[in-house]
Amino acid sequence: MVTSIMIVGVGGQGSLLASKLLGRAAMDKGYDVKVSEVHGMSQRGGSVVTYVKFGDKVNSPIIDKGEADYIISFELLEAARYVQFLKPGGQIVTNSQQIDPMPVIAGTAEYPSELIEKMEAAGAKVDAIDALTIAEQAGSSKATNIVLMGVFSKYISEISKEEWIKAVEASVPAKFLDLNMKAFEMGLAAE
Amino acid sequence: MKELMLGNKAVARGLYEAGVAVASSYPGTPSTETTEEAAKFEEIYCEWAPNEKVAMETAFGASRAGKRSYCAMKHVGLNVAADPLFTMSYTGVNAGMVILVADDPGMHSSQNEQDSRHYAIAAKMPMLEPADSQEAKDFVIEAYDISEQFDTPVLIKMCTRVAHSQSVVETGERAEIPVKPYVKDAAKYVMVPANAKRRHPIVEERTRKLVAFAEESHLNRVEEGSDTSMGIITSSTSYQYVKEVFGDKYPVLKIGLINPLPEKKIKDFAAKVDKLVVVEELDPIIETHCKTLGLEVTGKDIFPLIDEFSQGLIATKLGLPEKPACKPIEGLPGRPPAMCAGCPHRGMFYVLSKLKLTVMGDIGCYTLGATPPLCAIDTTECMGASISSLHGFNKALGADAEKKTVAVIGDSTFMHSGMTGLANIAYNQTNSTVIILDNSITGMTGHQQNPTTGFNLRGDPAGKIDLEALVRAMGINRVRVVDPYNLAEAEAAVKEELAAEEPSVIISRRPCALLKKVKRGEPIQVNPDKCKSCKACMKLGCPAISFKDGHAHVDTTQCFGCKVCSELCKFGAFETLAGEAITW
Ligand SMILES: Cc1ncc(C[n+]2csc(CCOP(=O)(O)OP(=O)(O)O)c2C)c(N)n1
Ligand code: SF4
Ligand code: SF4
Repeated sequence: MVTSIMIVGVGGQGSLLASKLLGRAAMDKGYDVKVSEVHGMSQRGGSVVTYVKFGDKVNSPIIDKGEADYIISFELLEAARYVQFLKPGGQIVTNSQQIDPMPVIAGTAEYPSELIEKMEAAGAKVDAIDALTIAEQAGSSKATNIVLMGVFSKYISEISKEEWIKAVEASVPAKFLDLNMKAFEMGLAAE
Repeated sequence: MKELMLGNKAVARGLYEAGVAVASSYPGTPSTETTEEAAKFEEIYCEWAPNEKVAMETAFGASRAGKRSYCAMKHVGLNVAADPLFTMSYTGVNAGMVILVADDPGMHSSQNEQDSRHYAIAAKMPMLEPADSQEAKDFVIEAYDISEQFDTPVLIKMCTRVAHSQSVVETGERAEIPVKPYVKDAAKYVMVPANAKRRHPIVEERTRKLVAFAEESHLNRVEEGSDTSMGIITSSTSYQYVKEVFGDKYPVLKIGLINPLPEKKIKDFAAKVDKLVVVEELDPIIETHCKTLGLEVTGKDIFPLIDEFSQGLIATKLGLPEKPACKPIEGLPGRPPAMCAGCPHRGMFYVLSKLKLTVMGDIGCYTLGATPPLCAIDTTECMGASISSLHGFNKALGADAEKKTVAVIGDSTFMHSGMTGLANIAYNQTNSTVIILDNSITGMTGHQQNPTTGFNLRGDPAGKIDLEALVRAMGINRVRVVDPYNLAEAEAAVKEELAAEEPSVIISRRPCALLKKVKRGEPIQVNPDKCKSCKACMKLGCPAISFKDGHAHVDTTQCFGCKVCSELCKFGAFETLAGEAITW
C-alpha cells in the first residue's frame, strides 16, 4: 500500500518545507518514501506541485491522475486545478486564502467563484480552513504551511502526534521552532 | 546511515565519497544543487565558473593535475561546453573526471527539450543514467572508476524527476584518493592533427572495450518477470514508471550505462520474450540501437517523442485502462510565473513596453518581461543571443532598427556569453543599445553568485568584475547606470542612448528583491477615494496589485514597497499605510 499526497500552491509559498516535514515523518516511521519537487521557473509565483508518497515500496516519484489520496493546498484555486489527480472521494485540505494569478491581475480572467462546491461536485471531500489567519495568530504569516500540516496530520492515522512533532523539530530552523510548534498545534486544534 | 535525499544531493554525497577534490560548474535547473550541496563538504573545492565551457575546462585542468574533478550543467549548458567535450574524449584524463548533465523533459525550466544522450554517442564518451537518489550516489562513485580505468571523462545524465526527487540513500565513507602526478605527455595532451590522428583509434578501441564492459556490468541488469509475453528495456525515471505499473510481472532490462549500449545482453534478453518494448523519454536512443541489432521493437510508434512520461501514460499506451479520478474543473485561469513584487527588472520593462521598442531578450528572471501585461520582450533563444542578434538585426536594417531596438541581458548571462556579442558590436560597429539588467545575482536558477557580485559560491568575498570598466575597456564609450525604480530616469536614458550615434550600454542596477541583504520598503496602499480606476498602475503587472471593488488594491503582505506603481498614478492615489503622500 502506498499513500499518495500532493502539495500544491503558488511558487514561494513554502511547499518545500511542508514536503520535507511529511517525508521526514514517514521516513522515521520506517516507510519507503519518495518526494518530488519543482525548482526553477515556476518558483517565481507560478503554480507549483510537490508529490509525497510513502508505503512499503515506492517506485514512481510522481503522482498521476486518479492516484492521489490527499491534496494539501496553500491556495484555493490551486486546489481546484489539481482535483483530477485525486481518487474519487479523495480528501482535499486547503487554505481558503485566494491569491489572484496574473491573468486575473491583468484583467483577462476572473477569479472563479464557488470553488469548494465545484471541487465537491467533482467528487472530492474538502476541508477548507483559513490557515493564513491562524498563522498570523500564531505569530507569523510565514507559518501558514505548518498550520496546514497541523490540519492535515489528523488525516494520517499511521503517524502519531508525537511523531509529527519530532518531524517538525527536525525540519525547521531552531530559532523558528517555537513559532512553528505553536502553528502546528493550532492547525491540529482547528475545526 | 540512511537518509532521505534529493537526487542532486545524493550526487554531491557521491562526489564526497569518491574523494573528489575540485568542482567547477555553471548553474542551470535541474543541475544546480549538485554543486551547491558539494560545497557543504570542506574537502571539495567548489566554484561557479562564468559559463559551462569554462567550468568543464577547469575541471579538466584539475583532473590533469591529478585530482578527481567534477562539473555540472543543464542540458543546454552542454551545447556551450561541447567544444572541450569532444576533444577531451581524445585526450582522456589523468585523475577521474565526471561531467553531469541534467535534462529537462517536459521543460519545467528550459527553453528546449534536447536529449543529451546524443552527446555521449557523438563524443564517444561513456554515459551513466541513474534512476533514483541511491543510484545517483552509487553511479557517481562508479563513474570515477570507469573514468580512470578507461581513461576518459564520464558523463552522468540526470533528468528533472531524478534530480529533484528525494528518496532513501545509504551513505558511506569518503575514499582518500592519492594525487596522480602530472606527467608531460604531448602525444596525449597536445591535440595537433598528428597527435589527434593517433588518439582517434584509441578512442574507437576504448569504445570496443566499453561495450564488453557493458555486457558484464551490473549497471545493466535484468530483472526477471513471471510473464514473458513482453519484455521491457528502460532506463532513468522511466524505469520507475514501468515498475509502478507492472511490478515484477514482465522481465525488465534496466539500462544504467546508456553509452555504449551492450549488444549480446540485449539480444539475449530479446530472445527470452515474445514482444520487446523500449520505454525511454524523448528520443529513441535505445530503440534505434535495438533496431541496428536487427531486433523487432515497439517504442516510439506508441510512446511520444515529446514531454516527460508518467506511470499513467505507460499504462494506457500498453493497453491498460485509465484510473477512475475526480472530474477536472474546466475554465480555471492559469497561473504562469511572474516577476516578484518589487523585482528591479519590472521598471525597465515598463519603460521598454511604453516606448514600444523591439526588444531582443535573453534568459533569466527577466525573460518573464515577455509575459502579459508587459509583453516587452520579442525574442528568447539561448544565453547571450540578445546582444549578438541585436547586432545582426541592426546590420540588416540599419538606422531604422537602431533607433527602435534594444537588447536586454542579465548580469550573469552577460558574463556567461554576452561579452563576446558586445565585442562584435564594438568591433564591427552597429549603433546598438544594450541594457544590462544588473540585479547583482543569478536569479532564475535560485540566486547564485557570479563574477560581478563580489562573492564566491560559498558566499565569501571574491574578485569582482566592474561592469562599467569592462564595457568601456571593450570600446563602448557611452556607458551609464540607471535605477530601474526611477521610471523617469530610466526612460530618459533609453531615449538618449537610442538617439546617440554610437553603441551604448545602459546598466540598469538594483539588487534582486529576494536577496537577504536587500531591505524591504514599507508596503503602500491605494486610497480608494483618490483612485479614479484608470488602471494605469495595473500595466506594471505587479503581483501585489489587483483590482477589487472598482479600485486598484495593494496586497500589503506581498508589497515590497518599491513605489514604482505610485509613479504611474496621476491622481496621487498611492499613499503610505499611515495615509501620507509617497515621498522618495
Ligand atoms: C547555457 C545555459 N546555461 C544555464 C542556463 C540556466 N539559466 C537560465 S537563466 C540563467 C541566469 C540568469 O541570471 P541573470 O542573467 O543574472 O538574470 P536574473 O535571473 O538574475 O534576472 C541561467 C544560469 C541556461 N538557460 N542556458
Ligand atoms: S527573484 Fe529577483 S530577479 Fe527574479 S523575479 Fe524575483 S525579484 Fe526579480
Ligand atoms: S510598491 Fe507597488 S509596484 Fe512595488 S511591490 Fe508594492 S504594489 Fe508592487
